[in-house]
Amino acid sequence: MKDTEGYVTADGRQIGGTLMEMKNITLRFGGVVAIKDISFDVHEGEIRAIIGPNGAGKSSMLNVISGFYTPSEGEVWYQGAKRPQMKPYEVARMGVARTFQNIALFEGMTVLDNVMTGRLTHMNASVLSQAIWWGRAREEEIENREKVERVIDFLEIQHIRKTPVGRLPYGLKKRVELARALAAEPSLLLLDEPMAGMNVEEKEDMSRFILDVNDEFGTTICLIEHDMGVVMDLSDRVVVMDYGKKIGDGTPDEVRNDQAVIDAYLGVAHD
Amino acid sequence: MLYRTAGQFKTSYKADQALFPVRQDAILLGIIMVFAWVIFPFTASEFAFQTMLIPVLIYALASMGLNILTGYAGQLSLGTAAFMGVGAYACYKLLTIMPWMNPVVAIFLSGFFSAGIGVVFGIPSLRIKGFYLAIATLAAQFFLVWLFEKWAWLYNYNASGAIQVPNTTTLGTYVTGPLASSMTQYYVVLGIVTVMTILCINLTRGNLGRMWKATRDMDIAAELIGINLMKSKLIAFAISSYIVGVAGALYVFMWKGAAEPNLFDIPLSFEILFIAIIGGLGSILGNFLGAILIVGLPVVLNLLPDALGIPISSALVEHLNIMIVGSLIVFFLIIEPHGLARLWALIREKLIIWPFPH
Repeated sequence: MKDTEGYVTADGRQIGGTLMEMKNITLRFGGVVAIKDISFDVHEGEIRAIIGPNGAGKSSMLNVISGFYTPSEGEVWYQGAKRPQMKPYEVARMGVARTFQNIALFEGMTVLDNVMTGRLTHMNASVLSQAIWWGRAREEEIENREKVERVIDFLEIQHIRKTPVGRLPYGLKKRVELARALAAEPSLLLLDEPMAGMNVEEKEDMSRFILDVNDEFGTTICLIEHDMGVVMDLSDRVVVMDYGKKIGDGTPDEVRNDQAVIDAYLGVAHD
Repeated sequence: MLYRTAGQFKTSYKADQALFPVRQDAILLGIIMVFAWVIFPFTASEFAFQTMLIPVLIYALASMGLNILTGYAGQLSLGTAAFMGVGAYACYKLLTIMPWMNPVVAIFLSGFFSAGIGVVFGIPSLRIKGFYLAIATLAAQFFLVWLFEKWAWLYNYNASGAIQVPNTTTLGTYVTGPLASSMTQYYVVLGIVTVMTILCINLTRGNLGRMWKATRDMDIAAELIGINLMKSKLIAFAISSYIVGVAGALYVFMWKGAAEPNLFDIPLSFEILFIAIIGGLGSILGNFLGAILIVGLPVVLNLLPDALGIPISSALVEHLNIMIVGSLIVFFLIIEPHGLARLWALIREKLIIWPFPH
């Protein structure tokens, strides 16, 4: 595998080798081509953004990474090996966690239970043990509760721990969703528009949390976002998509000055 | 005031995750247990045993099974009665093929037969959901009742086509059949229901319970965070059908004494679904509250006019019962979709913070 060296970011953080590599991904729905021959990589420990105008295929890309869509062509390489065709839950068990553009929490459960579902992939007590609430199941429940409480602490949602999620305001729901993804201790965290529909203050909070997560746990993050200010500030490297094609890839500065990117965002005169 | 939780501090996650984090809940349950285990059986008349105590417990158990599937895992089922039938016929065959078998063991074993059949009829749930799944389980309902009628081996080629509960003993006392006393049967039912309830509470508050609720609330998100939906749904079908099957065995062996295939027809399925809805989907307590209401209402309606000296025909009582149950269901679906259990939860919440409004 090439380029496993890593690099040093502008603010002096050491980034590791390649964690995931998308090779020539194409995704078709019937005659519609959502993603066309896109390749890019994600390094360990970096914050990687995917941007692009509406309908560019960003969310489809994230769905390919999380296994919800199977690419029509191309390969996904993860942790140095080619990923075979997998069900989404198998991908999650390999350490890929994600949040959703439209909040996808379990509304009937409390915040604590929602975050605990993030630990599902780490719990394997037998049904019998769970039924009698003895042995492995009980130990597991307490061990994982401790891990979950650390995440709850980190994201400052202690006060709503036992509140049913349905009663929470939007901004907090987004945070609970991040907590659920973090509880899984993912090696790759996918964030689908983490700031969508938030006010400035909430965006600042969320940005802080994303940076803190990356800093404290060293989690690799791949995010989609529309707010350019946020993307340029947060991310180490950016992929730019337009009409299902990759039109730019590089550091925020490189991308910002790329003529193709400027054309895609501002429009270009057709003569 | 009675429910004030001030001063009850938790210093470990273990304490916080205990069965009764609030002390008053444990006390209340203790009082109910004393009534159920000591006061009721020693004061109840034969009539009370046969019309209230035993059927309430059996219906609550059947509803609990349905609730695991519908209330927790979110898979609508209309085949409950048929799965009860499987449990009852399995128990009958076990006890007639192996008459030396302990009836309580046979009842527990018969649940496995219904669990197996439940899983088979649960397979469509992997592709379809909601009303469409309800129709698929309806197929189970019709097919199984037809099978009970046509497969003569199931009822040992009786001329009547019905199954008769044999007299069996445990520790020298008659447990099933015409010779068994109501009190013995009540204790057996109560014991089994208590054990099953504890197991259900544990299952629904643990990892499996969270898996089911996630499947119910948003299946796509559930799959993307690592839940194998197939496993989650089929385990729900298996456990639900097991409980329903045991309830079916109890229904015939501890209460009815004999059964024809049409006993397990769709009205019984609906009755149990009503108990689950009125009691509260997604709640264990609700099954008991719903069963008390649905089983108790006709009894009260029968006794009340006599007690008040109003002459009223039994046909009218029956019609009144249907009308009242019907309007209660409409009422609950509109006012409180989460049923009696939610009502109790609200009262409890208010009591805890009383006299403050928030």
